[in-house]
Amino acid sequence: MSLKKKITMTVNGLTVNAEIEPRRHLVDFLREDLHLKGPHLGCEQGACGACTVKVDGKIIRGCLYLAVQANGCVVETIEGLTKSGALADLQEAFMRHNAMQCGFCSSGMLLAAAELVEKLPQSTREEVREWISGNYCRCTGYHSIVDAIMAVLQARAKGEKIKPVVALA
Amino acid sequence: MNKPVDLKGLVLDPVTNDQRYIGSSEPRHQARRLIEGQGTYVDDIQLPRMGHVVYWRSPVAHMKIGKIHTEQASKMPGVLAIVDGVKMAELCKPWVATLGHLAGMKSAPQYALAIDRACWQGEPVVAVVAETRAQAEDALQFVDVEWEELPAVVSMETALDADTPVIHPELGDNLCFTRTLDVGQVDEVFATADIVAEATFGFGRHTGVTLEPRCQIADYNPGDRRLTVYHSQQAPHMMQDLYCRQFGLSESDVHVICKDVGGSFGIKVHAYPDDFATVGLAMMLERPVKFVADRLESFTSDIHAREHRIKGRIAANKEGDILAFEIDDLTAIGPYSMFPRTSAIEGNQVVNLVGGPYKHQNYRAKLNVVFQNKTPTCQYRGVGHPIACAVTEGLVDLAAQKLKMDPLEFRKRNVIPDDAYPCSGISGIKLEVLSHEQCLRTIEKMMDYSALRKEQAELRKKGIYRGIGFATLIELTNPSPAFYGVGGARIASQDGASARLDPSGVVSILIGVGEQGQGTEGIYAQIAADAVGLSIKNVRIITGDTDVTPYGGGTWASRGAGVGGEAVLLACQALQENILKLAGAILTRSPEELSVRRGHVLDKATGEQLLPFSEIGRIGYFRTDTLPVGFSADLMVTRHYTQKEYPFIFTNGVQASYVEVDPDTGFVKLLKHWAVEDCGRVLNPMLVDEQVRGAIVQGIGGVLFEECIYDESGLLRNGSMADYLVPMANEMPDIEVAHVETPTQSSKLGAKGAGEAGTAGAPGAVQNAINDALAPFNTAVFDQPITCEKILKALGKV
Ligand code: FES
Ligand code: FES
Repeated sequence: MSLKKKITMTVNGLTVNAEIEPRRHLVDFLREDLHLKGPHLGCEQGACGACTVKVDGKIIRGCLYLAVQANGCVVETIEGLTKSGALADLQEAFMRHNAMQCGFCSSGMLLAAAELVEKLPQSTREEVREWISGNYCRCTGYHSIVDAIMAVLQARAKGEKIKPVVALA
Repeated sequence: MNKPVDLKGLVLDPVTNDQRYIGSSEPRHQARRLIEGQGTYVDDIQLPRMGHVVYWRSPVAHMKIGKIHTEQASKMPGVLAIVDGVKMAELCKPWVATLGHLAGMKSAPQYALAIDRACWQGEPVVAVVAETRAQAEDALQFVDVEWEELPAVVSMETALDADTPVIHPELGDNLCFTRTLDVGQVDEVFATADIVAEATFGFGRHTGVTLEPRCQIADYNPGDRRLTVYHSQQAPHMMQDLYCRQFGLSESDVHVICKDVGGSFGIKVHAYPDDFATVGLAMMLERPVKFVADRLESFTSDIHAREHRIKGRIAANKEGDILAFEIDDLTAIGPYSMFPRTSAIEGNQVVNLVGGPYKHQNYRAKLNVVFQNKTPTCQYRGVGHPIACAVTEGLVDLAAQKLKMDPLEFRKRNVIPDDAYPCSGISGIKLEVLSHEQCLRTIEKMMDYSALRKEQAELRKKGIYRGIGFATLIELTNPSPAFYGVGGARIASQDGASARLDPSGVVSILIGVGEQGQGTEGIYAQIAADAVGLSIKNVRIITGDTDVTPYGGGTWASRGAGVGGEAVLLACQALQENILKLAGAILTRSPEELSVRRGHVLDKATGEQLLPFSEIGRIGYFRTDTLPVGFSADLMVTRHYTQKEYPFIFTNGVQASYVEVDPDTGFVKLLKHWAVEDCGRVLNPMLVDEQVRGAIVQGIGGVLFEECIYDESGLLRNGSMADYLVPMANEMPDIEVAHVETPTQSSKLGAKGAGEAGTAGAPGAVQNAINDALAPFNTAVFDQPITCEKILKALGKV
């Protein structure tokens, strides 16, 4: 019943053209129209961070952001960032520390953590806790997430990479 | 940083003949999909012709439903159907959630969609199905229900008063269940004891707030008359059974699939009215229907838990021996007992568990479970344990204080000694083997207790008020059929696992217990790899599908490791035997001369590798012509396990909390938390640590922040994640975890549950720490959540 708007954006490296209702939220567009499963919906009101994605290099809450606002932008989700390897160190550290349980918060948590690693590489444990306080995790108790992020910060400070987690032969 | 896991004391004898994963902190390899955005949660599934349902829910606590006008709404774009309770009841029978072994328990029939009356704010009344969720929500606004507000029973304190309206007149009163227990000489002991301490403990209602809301897709195929339900659920077979019974189908007509589940904590182990309604809609419309609760719906329709008021007292002699406990527990559960586990279990657990860690011989308990017009309550992580523990441990601290004894010493003196097992607790619970003394010694060392006390005393002189609090606890895990089966509930306490050698040499495990984040898949892969004898890389775990997995109970009462894990172990050891038999047939040797190691069959004597598993698979499946006549390879085996020796296998542990209270603002800062946990054999220390920590943080939520707040008319005032506080990373302390391993003898694996003890102990430990900090002011708070305001009130500042 409403007027549709034409939009075009780059999502995980691919150009996307679509005609959508102006009220459609970015995360709904990504999930339902593009079938991306990475960004999740936990609250739909900006409180939990599960819907976090990147628009033009900045993390935003996909549930508060209209898809039409991203018209002409570069959008990245956990899927694209995994493929490009941008999150590899964090993902390996999350594996090693069991920093995810149900995993519903993980894409948002990883995107938030990646921004911290980039912007505040000297962070202390307390600062890491503060930084990720915009992202709910109901399962882990946060301790292991903080451990994982600290491990990446410490590795980066020494110029090292986190070793991939592999199973014994 | 996380200290490397202390593996000292974790070296139990191996359970398998090629053990290298069980007992180690192996990462959860299968979890990689979750951190790459490739999990499949229900909302990620889209089916062709799928409709979306939203529910018109009661806007008030209690109302009479009048005429329902749907003409306008049904003309809205995309609308497929609008269905009310009367129509739904033609398909779905009502249910009554009681258990036979809870004598005298009652509840009223409940419908998938309310008929005539709605009894809590959030009860589903009308279903609107449309082609998209947005269209359904648009149309919902045009559904016009005539209703008349009825008086609501809100306060549990007055629910049984003569002038309070009875919610279900046919039940006669608002009493769901009552129980009393009287053991020993309680009156005499209290009359003659050297000290008696008492307090009234309050517990706010709270809820699970799984990050993924409850959700479901029901799909009915009229061609083969089969119902498929994708569900974010903990107990797929239980739901299959319930759909059968409510809709008159047989098991083979119903297929329940649970893929990734975004948190559960007991919230997703119950059958909700909207679960049935969504299935009913799919059957009516003969097309898939998706329901995903929005956050407000979650707050008003997910089960709540823990609304209790308990008067408790404790008696001790001047030598420092606890002599008796007495409690009077009042709790309210909403208007219906929840299906099928019932809402009386929580209070019943409180009665069973108060005083549980201690040697006393006198105990009296009274329990009243009443109805009210609020969201139904039921089992949520820890079920009754956090309440029992906070009451017991609060009273223990009060007694120690009166006796001027150190609270840790007092506990050491009074816990049931480690060499006293097996024995019965005073409430009648059977305790197989526990380690309170060892746990108390461990935590004392771990936290450097004496140094901490010194620090506390010095800071106190400077006007800094810190407190140390302990909580000793027991937790029931590995349930037997005594939990539900004996009461008539069709909830499996057994679990089955199938182990299959695939032709490529990979082993697939099919099991009824699913993954909700605990690491179920991870530990099953560890057990399978060790028990069959191959790399964890070559193990696949398949769960959450009633068409393919053996029948099982799923995830509840911390049974995944102890019950599910044992089934996996038994199946895998049987598979190894069959592999050896087949290898013997291929090599024309006796299986006794052979063994298995790292994916190969070996000559037992020389260790020479004779056949890789892929060769066993090739011959076993494709060249059976080369095998002796009448030989069957049997490369898939199923074994079931049920724990029958005890009603439950109890675990134990102790927690300590260190906090700072600001007497000017009432603000509590959590400085540090310690936990020592004995869950029997530790299958994976890293996963247990994280179970313990996650559970502790949920317990901390309960004691400090979380509460479903209602107004006098029964309306929920904080139904959003912005208003309902759950712990965030910033307020949480680092949590140190240590293990004591006392395996259960009821299984080969020796594993007990580990999922809930953290939630059970944290509220008591934090409450005691706060009260220790407040001790110089001669005040204490026993009303959870312990907010700044309550602390300031206790201090007489507001
Ligand atoms: S879904 Fe966007 S912040 Fe919760
Ligand atoms: S892992 Fe479940 S919400 Fe974070």
